[in-house]
Amino acid sequence: MPATPALETRDLTIRFGGHVAVNAVSCAFHPGTLTAIVGPNGAGKTTYFNLISGQLKATAGSVLLRGHDVSGLTASARTKRGMGRAFQLTNLFPNLTVMENVRLAVQSRAGAGLQLLQLWSHRRDLIEKADSLLESVKLLEKRNAMAGALPHGDQRKLEVALLLALEPDVFMFDEPTAGMSVDEVPTVLDLIHGIKARGDKTVLLVEHKMDVVRSLADRIIVLHNGTLVADGEPATVIASPVVQEAYLGISPEAAGQTMGEAAR
Amino acid sequence: MLPNNPIHSILSGDYPRSKALSVALVIVLVSLAFAPFLFPGSQPLNVAAKICVFVILVASYDLLLGYTGIVSFAHTMFYGIGGYGVAIAMYNFNAGWGALGLGVLAALVLAMLLALLIGLFSLRVRAIFFAMITLAVASAFAILASQLNEITGGEDGRSYRIPEMLRPAFRLFDEPVLGVMINGRILTYYLIFFAALILFLLALRVVNSPFGRVLQAIRENDFRAEALGYRVVVYRSIANCLSAGMATLAGVLMALWLRYTGPDTTLSFAIMIDILLMVVIGGMGTLYGAVLGATIFILAQNYLQVLMGQFSGMLEAAGIPLLPGLFHADRWLLWLGILFVLSVYFFPVGIVGKLRQMKS
Ligand SMILES: Nc1ncnc2c1ncn2[C@@H]1O[C@H](COP(=O)(O)OP(=O)(O)O)[C@@H](O)[C@H]1O
Ligand SMILES: [Mg+2]
Repeated sequence: MPATPALETRDLTIRFGGHVAVNAVSCAFHPGTLTAIVGPNGAGKTTYFNLISGQLKATAGSVLLRGHDVSGLTASARTKRGMGRAFQLTNLFPNLTVMENVRLAVQSRAGAGLQLLQLWSHRRDLIEKADSLLESVKLLEKRNAMAGALPHGDQRKLEVALLLALEPDVFMFDEPTAGMSVDEVPTVLDLIHGIKARGDKTVLLVEHKMDVVRSLADRIIVLHNGTLVADGEPATVIASPVVQEAYLGISPEAAGQTMGEAAR
Repeated sequence: MLPNNPIHSILSGDYPRSKALSVALVIVLVSLAFAPFLFPGSQPLNVAAKICVFVILVASYDLLLGYTGIVSFAHTMFYGIGGYGVAIAMYNFNAGWGALGLGVLAALVLAMLLALLIGLFSLRVRAIFFAMITLAVASAFAILASQLNEITGGEDGRSYRIPEMLRPAFRLFDEPVLGVMINGRILTYYLIFFAALILFLLALRVVNSPFGRVLQAIRENDFRAEALGYRVVVYRSIANCLSAGMATLAGVLMALWLRYTGPDTTLSFAIMIDILLMVVIGGMGTLYGAVLGATIFILAQNYLQVLMGQFSGMLEAAGIPLLPGLFHADRWLLWLGILFVLSVYFFPVGIVGKLRQMKS
């Protein structure tokens, strides 16, 4: 295993009033691995992401990117240092076109945001890059539609395209396929698989569908009430009693069945 | 729509995208460009100059409100700084170009510094808080300007002389051109017209640049813009400074035209309201809206009273009861108000938005 993890959290904690949403989570993520984060609704998965990518400031603990403490940095600074995030609740620029949405992400990556006198339409390189990303999520023919007018599944795909455009070292997907129709899901999963296959990227994936988790993840961590309760190989973690109870709240035997069903 | 054709470059690829809108814009442009010849007399030229200045003032405000989603009430303060920059320089030094340049430069530096300070201190907080801060700072500034008698002339303001070429007595040629004597007044008008045109096209460039799209992204979803790696407070601050600089230059142009600067002509809250109305009537988030908004508003402000007087007279001559009183020239403000309520009601997306919808 490489010496420095791509991403590490140390005792990462956030309290909302009396409620501890993420409780002293320490975990390291290495390049070339895909870690699935599972846990029931309200377990603190999204909040954990918010702490990592800087949308929320931690009450205690720290976030390290390639060994450097980034806890004090803003979200934009963390993005510039190689973190990328796709949001669970679609979070786009509704009155800009699909193309403009992606291009904004491409442009951020290219560091071209502060050009005041150049024409937006003259950066062919950025436009072509954005178009190729739209093609990869199968949205190219909708490039001139307003993002806010897209159906839900397309908005989810656009959300993924924005993340891909940032070309981060650390990818964070928060339930990327939730609410997608069955035929749209493979597009997104193939993309995630492609990222993992490159071997140098670190992927964190919050996902409820157990078949997806089984096929993509190298490792599963389980959050329950903000606490990390299990961490290990997918097969082991899914079979462990703590997951059966904490995550599914049912007996191990029944869990096996339910998961089999969920897989379909 | 070749990216290399000159119109594309001049308009920064931002076409009116509606036949009616294009026609309206060309009419405004031609009327303003030839105003001294088309509409002789001092009153029409006065209106034309005011339209030029307000197009810039409104466009600079739209850069904040319509493009970036920032609500500011400090816009007249920057407009006033431009006006007082000219007034103080012209009043205290010889009325030459050097002093004028110095006054403009000092005003620009002061305005942009103030905009930067206000921005850095308050643009990171909630929008409503920023609006309150700008209101407070602008009020404080207006009070300061009317109290610092020695410098600003207090409530009375300052009248001053401007460079000789721009004074009414100056003659460029001995003979009239197309029946119009080209005097300093007309030169001043063209200075204003071309300055306004250049500033407008520059602003059009900025909103259609990579930077301009980031501003729109911030308006749409500042949280996501930040997550994409754009430092939102920096972008907002730059927009705030640019807008302030442009408003300052509008103030400079107005000060040259009026040869007078006082609290009522620059800092009053009534002007702030006018700007807001012009932005909304023209259409937010499109600079062409500033052109139509300012033109229609200022025409109405200047000619509605006259038109109503004539109309009322006609009604009276026709012997119709009650109505002449309703349309009496003194009621013009009431009717102006009604016109605005109606226009906002029927064109919630502004005139430009409406014209563009009609196309499709
Ligand atoms: N900004 C916030 N203020 C207060 N409570 C919050 C906030 N964000 C999340 N929470 C709470 O933290 C808990 C974890 O939420 P979340 O991270 O969204 O769960 P998950 O993504 O695992 O479903 C929930 O109980 C939620 O209500
Ligand atoms: Mg969640």
